[in-house]
Amino acid sequence: MLTILALASIVLLGIVPQQSEAIVIYTGWERHALVGSDIRLSCSFFSWRWTSEDVTFSWSYRPDGARDSISIFHYTGGAPYVDNKGPFRDRLEFVGNPARRDGSILLKNLDYGDNGTFTCDAKNPPDIVGRASSVRLLVFEKVPIQAGVITGAIIGAVLGLLVLIVVIYYLMRFLVARRVFNLSVSKHGRKGKGKEGSQQRQLWRPPPVTLLPLTS
Amino acid sequence: MLLILLGVLILHLVILVLLLISTSVNAWTVSSSITTDLWYNCLTSGGGYHCKVASNEDWIQAVQALMVLSVLFCLLSLVFFLCQLFTLVKGGRFFFTAIFQILASLFVMCGAIIYTVMSPDRAVGVEFGYAYILAWVAFPLCLVSGLIYIILRKRE
Repeated sequence: MLTILALASIVLLGIVPQQSEAIVIYTGWERHALVGSDIRLSCSFFSWRWTSEDVTFSWSYRPDGARDSISIFHYTGGAPYVDNKGPFRDRLEFVGNPARRDGSILLKNLDYGDNGTFTCDAKNPPDIVGRASSVRLLVFEKVPIQAGVITGAIIGAVLGLLVLIVVIYYLMRFLVARRVFNLSVSKHGRKGKGKEGSQQRQLWRPPPVTLLPLTS
Repeated sequence: MLLILLGVLILHLVILVLLLISTSVNAWTVSSSITTDLWYNCLTSGGGYHCKVASNEDWIQAVQALMVLSVLFCLLSLVFFLCQLFTLVKGGRFFFTAIFQILASLFVMCGAIIYTVMSPDRAVGVEFGYAYILAWVAFPLCLVSGLIYIILRKRE
């Protein structure tokens, strides 16, 4: 009975994961960049199987407002193939590490025409069922400051300055008070020691000792 | 003397209320359909009342910060006034309160000036709203209140 149950569970465990196995691809959600700068679009995946030698990465690009996407990068058979005809010729570089499941690409010298959606699709045979992941690229002339950053900075700086001033004020008061206390103590101390010393020599009395009757 | 104390306290509270209204109400720039303030630009169209976050520009964030700081400092000076009322020696002056009140007035002044200079061009039908005017009214009141605190002496 037990052996049948054990065998059944092993078989089930063997079958079920194979059906629900799927490759999960991770890219960013949105990337902001300045005109003329470079940006690294990262793509990695999670798969229940070991990374095979036939792992493939492919990137495609759909400009803002367009309906079709074009393929700009493909990695297969251990070699990367970059775009040499399309909008990214000579501007694309493969900086990923397929053995580490990293299929990132580097886009150089961005321009406003590069605004769009980049889709990464990775396959790890025999794990090929998965959904491609997209990252949106936004190219700015000047990176906009998020709302509230400057506000918070100004408020924080003024309040911090206030706290600092209060702390310094109380510290100075404490130090000045301590210095005054030290001076007064040293003055009294010198006089006191002299008096006490002479008094001690004159008025030394033998310690009181009493004889107690020993009673049992 | 109680009258003077009451008067000063009421003035302080009025200034605080003015600053709070000015900072929070959406009426710095008004036109027939659009009202803007430091935090939102709101549009009243046939479909309803839509608000979107005010622009991310540096100057409006600076005005936001200065107005919030002025409200904070006014509140703090009120707290210090009540504190000093009970702890100050006879004949002492409310310097602490006065410093915070004058700083609050400076912040309101800077905020109002920056908003005046940097706000977008006045088109026809677009003019300054009452919250903006309240800010300008609060500034001299705050300054006067701070100066009163410098002159005021505690009597028993």
